[in-house]
Amino acid sequence: MLSTRALGLAPSLRQAAFSPARNHVLRNVIRSSIAKRSIQTQSLKPEDGTTILNKQRLQRPSSPHFTIYEPQLTWVGSIFNRITGVGLSVLLYGFSLAYLVAPGTFDSTHVIEFVGGLPDAVKYAGKFILALPFTFHSFNGIRHLLWDSGKFLTVKGAYSSGYAVLGATAISTIVLMFQ
Amino acid sequence: MSVLRPAIRRLAKASIVDARSFTTSASRLQAEPLQKPASNKEFKIYRWNPDEPAKKPTLQSYTIDLNQTGPMVLDALIKIKNEMDPTLTFRRSCREGICGSCAMNINGQNTLACLCRIDRDTSKDSKIYPLPHMYIVKDLVPDLTQFYKQYKSIQPYLQNDNPPEKGEFLQSQEERRKLDGLYECILCACCSTSCPSYWWNQDEYLGPATLMQAYRWIADSRDSNGAKRKEYLQNELSMYRCHTIFNCSRTCPKGLNPAAAIAKIKLELAAD
Repeated sequence: MLSTRALGLAPSLRQAAFSPARNHVLRNVIRSSIAKRSIQTQSLKPEDGTTILNKQRLQRPSSPHFTIYEPQLTWVGSIFNRITGVGLSVLLYGFSLAYLVAPGTFDSTHVIEFVGGLPDAVKYAGKFILALPFTFHSFNGIRHLLWDSGKFLTVKGAYSSGYAVLGATAISTIVLMFQ
Repeated sequence: MSVLRPAIRRLAKASIVDARSFTTSASRLQAEPLQKPASNKEFKIYRWNPDEPAKKPTLQSYTIDLNQTGPMVLDALIKIKNEMDPTLTFRRSCREGICGSCAMNINGQNTLACLCRIDRDTSKDSKIYPLPHMYIVKDLVPDLTQFYKQYKSIQPYLQNDNPPEKGEFLQSQEERRKLDGLYECILCACCSTSCPSYWWNQDEYLGPATLMQAYRWIADSRDSNGAKRKEYLQNELSMYRCHTIFNCSRTCPKGLNPAAAIAKIKLELAAD
């Protein structure tokens, strides 16, 4: 008795000795119904992990970026540098090509005559639209040259030079508008 | 009896006084909770569940009492996960800005949630997104596989075929000082994912974090593989997609300056 107890066999021996056969059937029914109710697990092979991961990778969304990032002088300034650069290039190439195609209508005399006939408000607005990108892009270009030669390479330097560019752009745009 | 009565009364009084002094000292030992008025702040957190991939990512709103929360955004996230929504998923480990796990976009800026104080202004909500332009594994957890691969590609270890015959590599103090501000990087990916160039070209552009580490090994006087390291960057995309935007240095939670490190590589490559 002592040895069976020590081995922990006593309860199972007792069950085996006293339970009739139909009790076994009943217990099996209960056990299987419990098993059905609990969480079903699926065994997977190691290589299935990669398949699941690859399937999930295809469905992953990309997190939002420029729509949620705080507008800062750093990257907003850089975007405007790009936009003004593209705009000025388009203007230069567009005007050059137009002159190439129709030299009669796009020569200096005709352009001067056309602009001279416009009302003052349109003249000032046009000068503003041309002067602002031109001055901003030029001053920011100088800022980039200074960076590339190793100057202002701190966050503070980037900000102070950025505000300097904005100030210089504002002043020179106004001067060019009323020239 | 009548003679005894005052004595008994005195005893009774004494015991009452004793009892009172005892209880008051006991209550003084127990800290009384400060009844601060509730300071409810709304947190809007990006949610996406890979088990329901058809559902679009959404912002889920949680309101918590700041007077019952720790000072940092990570404390708020842990509180939400513990008390309100255990399905909220984010990475965190050290809670002191040295592991880089809890990097995320908080109120529009990439930073570590454990180093970012909660804005006490309860009239404004706080928006929390995962690191920008990354594939999302779940909620605030981005897939950093590509980021780590890029870091591995620059061979971030000491390479020198001629080790000193005896002892260690020796370095002067000036040579060692060159590595300050470079080696402290914890690779949290805040800078790389704040960079618009990295947003558009992260398949080929290495990004500020990796490039700063590339410079860390180029600048190391003990490393003799500098020429090859520079050659690896000598192409249009790996490094020259950097347009000196400075988002990286602006956002670095460790106060490092990847933009300057990249500018120094550019200067060295120009001198080659």
